[in-house]
Amino acid sequence: MTEPAAPQGAPSAPPAPQAPAARLPEKWLVGSSPHARSGETVSQIMWTVALALLPTCAAGVVVFGWYAGLIIVLAASSAVVAEGIVQKALGRKVSVSDGSAAVTGVLLACCLPPNVKWYVPVVGSFVAIFIGKQLFGGLGRNYFNPALIGRAFLQFAFPTQLMMPQWPIVTRGSVFESLTGDIFKVASGTPGGADAVSLATPLAVIDPGTRALPADASPLAALGKGMGLDHGADVLRDLFLGNVPGCIGEVSKLAIILGGLILLFNRYINWRLPVAYVGAALVAVLVLPVKDFAGHWTGIYAADVYWPYIGQTLLVHLLSGGLLLGAVFMITDMVTRPTTVKGQVIYGIAAGVIVAMIRLYGGYPEGVCYSILLVNAARLVVEKYSMPRVFGTKRA
Amino acid sequence: MSFRLPTFPGGVHPPDCKAPSAGCPVAAAPMPEKLAVTLAQGLGAPSRPVVAVGDRVLRGQLIAEPGGFVSAAIHAPTSGKVEAIGDCPHPAGVKAHAIYITPDGADEWAPGANVPAPAEAVAALKPKEIVEKVKAAGLVGMGGAAFPTHVKLSPPNDKPIDTVILNGCECEPYLTSDYRMMLEHAPEIVTGLRLLVRAVGAVRGVIAVEANKPDAYERLLREVRGIEGLSCRMVAVKYPQGAEKQLIKAILGREVPSGGLPMDAGALVQNVGTAAAVSDAVCFNRPLTERVVTISGDGIERPANLLCRIGVSYRTLLAAQGVKTEARRLISGGPMMGLAQWTADVPVTKGTSGILVLTTPPPPDWTACINCGKCVEGCPARLMPNRLSKLGEFRRFEDMAGRNVLDCIECGVCTWQCPAKRPIVQWIRQGKNELRLAKLKAEAAKKKAEAPEGVLPK
Ligand code: SF4
Ligand code: SF4
Repeated sequence: MTEPAAPQGAPSAPPAPQAPAARLPEKWLVGSSPHARSGETVSQIMWTVALALLPTCAAGVVVFGWYAGLIIVLAASSAVVAEGIVQKALGRKVSVSDGSAAVTGVLLACCLPPNVKWYVPVVGSFVAIFIGKQLFGGLGRNYFNPALIGRAFLQFAFPTQLMMPQWPIVTRGSVFESLTGDIFKVASGTPGGADAVSLATPLAVIDPGTRALPADASPLAALGKGMGLDHGADVLRDLFLGNVPGCIGEVSKLAIILGGLILLFNRYINWRLPVAYVGAALVAVLVLPVKDFAGHWTGIYAADVYWPYIGQTLLVHLLSGGLLLGAVFMITDMVTRPTTVKGQVIYGIAAGVIVAMIRLYGGYPEGVCYSILLVNAARLVVEKYSMPRVFGTKRA
Repeated sequence: MSFRLPTFPGGVHPPDCKAPSAGCPVAAAPMPEKLAVTLAQGLGAPSRPVVAVGDRVLRGQLIAEPGGFVSAAIHAPTSGKVEAIGDCPHPAGVKAHAIYITPDGADEWAPGANVPAPAEAVAALKPKEIVEKVKAAGLVGMGGAAFPTHVKLSPPNDKPIDTVILNGCECEPYLTSDYRMMLEHAPEIVTGLRLLVRAVGAVRGVIAVEANKPDAYERLLREVRGIEGLSCRMVAVKYPQGAEKQLIKAILGREVPSGGLPMDAGALVQNVGTAAAVSDAVCFNRPLTERVVTISGDGIERPANLLCRIGVSYRTLLAAQGVKTEARRLISGGPMMGLAQWTADVPVTKGTSGILVLTTPPPPDWTACINCGKCVEGCPARLMPNRLSKLGEFRRFEDMAGRNVLDCIECGVCTWQCPAKRPIVQWIRQGKNELRLAKLKAEAAKKKAEAPEGVLPK
């Protein structure tokens, strides 16, 4: 059977004289089957991801004020401009309308503190697009999550601005209050912020030199105190809603989960990957042996002291820092994760263990960015060893 | 989920588009002024004509005999005169001759054809005799592949078949010919199934119907009730549920080994239409001279299911049903696996399940794979179409062998889904072709090396 290589027309033979006259096209479009395609396109996927990020961005603006919004917009537009410039310069087809550059920019902004100087997101986006994406060949050919490449670069380029324990505290009351109150008044919040009181992020509270949660008190109460939130029992609620210090996109877990549901509903992510990532991180937090400053084992190795607080310890790790943002939006990035489901689970577990190790042993309280970049590098290998058994073949 | 219909892993749910023709009872297609009965009716060797130009032939008279073991007999679709024997475009694009017959309008059956066989005589038939009758009637698989039926019914002794599965899934969008057959000819289908079970010495016969055709399922269920060994199973609606290997997996839980045939899994799969034709052939001495063809697609004015004589040209049928001006593609078969036609002058063959006219524009330019994984998730052969497509993109066809490219059933699931619109199946076909050529070349080289006077292999 001969299949023409590309859709093209060939003139039909002269109509058979005996056939009744049928108005048929001069040329039929021929090509390889299938002759129908699903309506789904790359830009549809990317813009849906952007949509899924919307609640997170909105929460960032609500919590931190309009300056956070400016950072998001700056990051997204610089990413788009950067993509356009490189594509033009390299003679590639300019495809900024597919939304992937915008998503990269927004993701980058989501993992920046809300009080960075305006040029930080711009530099970050350019690096993300130049080095993280186009250097590898553009969308689909990059090995590392571009936003995280940008984030990692900024970490080194502007260490003081991105220093983790120096987050601005929430400029207003609770999320609820600001939703019902006058958001616009708060919009005048000083860029770079005089409001930016130096306060520990939730994760930094976990790591105040003891490298573990304070053993003497309830982790949540200690956390609340460390963050200057005096409403003790509401710490959990604030962590969940986002009324805490942190990066623009990582504070509101509610918003992240909402975005995750959008992605799940569209089947753009498989729930197993985020669950494997978060699950492995939490399990590792429990089982990794860590000593506090006095030389006492913590975690499950000091069951008598810690056991009553295990649930809280896990909640603090789950709800603070960028773990959920990373689990829902970063590690699930299509281009840089394995395509096989089995591979995704292995990949998620590996990244989760790395996060826990960085959090517990590293000199740096947050490890989401590096954990994902590390497993990004292993993507193809993981995929290779997790390929499904070909139909009709024996299990190797 | 508490209750799940049997199915296979993978697959997709394209819109089924069956509504336009599903409700149309089978109607007779117009008899054209000329029939072109191609000699390549099925897979395998073309048949050899046994009539000469100018002969008068009667309906059901043998006009071409099998050209080999894998080849089928061909009978005159109506009475008339053999006008010519010569070139004719073929829907599968193969080069083939056709016997052109001018109908005389009498539609007179050949002696002995279309005569009911006494029930006792049918009951007394030995398996071999059933196969002989099937062979004499020129049956081929009517689901689309058109593999000669008698070959499938003659497995080697070491490959016993325990189950005959009748494929009533019709998972391709638009097609409704099997559905109409199941509704309108349930008794014949069940009779055919019993004959097939006897012919291969199987212990059970199963009719598989997709859950989107509950009325067909009910109808057949009523028909098989009380017959020992026969059953009717509802299977999940999913493309490609009707692919042979996937159907065996769904019904029996067995996987046809890679590179193997259904008989290697102890199964025989036949289309429901073929089963009805078996019943016609054995019980009524009626050779295969006509079949139901769905004429549909968004470019057709009046979708229909037509009972067509073998050899009627697509043009005739399209004229009868009307073609919209936006028509762009002419497909023989379904949109997922069918063959694009460049001319409407191809004739209906025994394997033509549908003729579709689609207005689908050419696909947009493909872009880089974004690793979405949809093709991996959907591939019923559980290949990695994303990786195959990257090999194809960089023309590394020879490396496809290491990725089990030959296990691809060319179902089109990967390509249908791909958001980057990558022509994956096309690349896979190129890869398979490349492998075939390389094998031929290697064989030729080996022959040359083994020849006594050949040059010494380096
Ligand atoms: S690789 Fe082959 S078998 Fe798999 S989905 Fe694509 S066409 Fe179907
Ligand atoms: S469906 Fe297309 S884009 Fe998605 S993984 Fe497969 S080849 Fe790549």
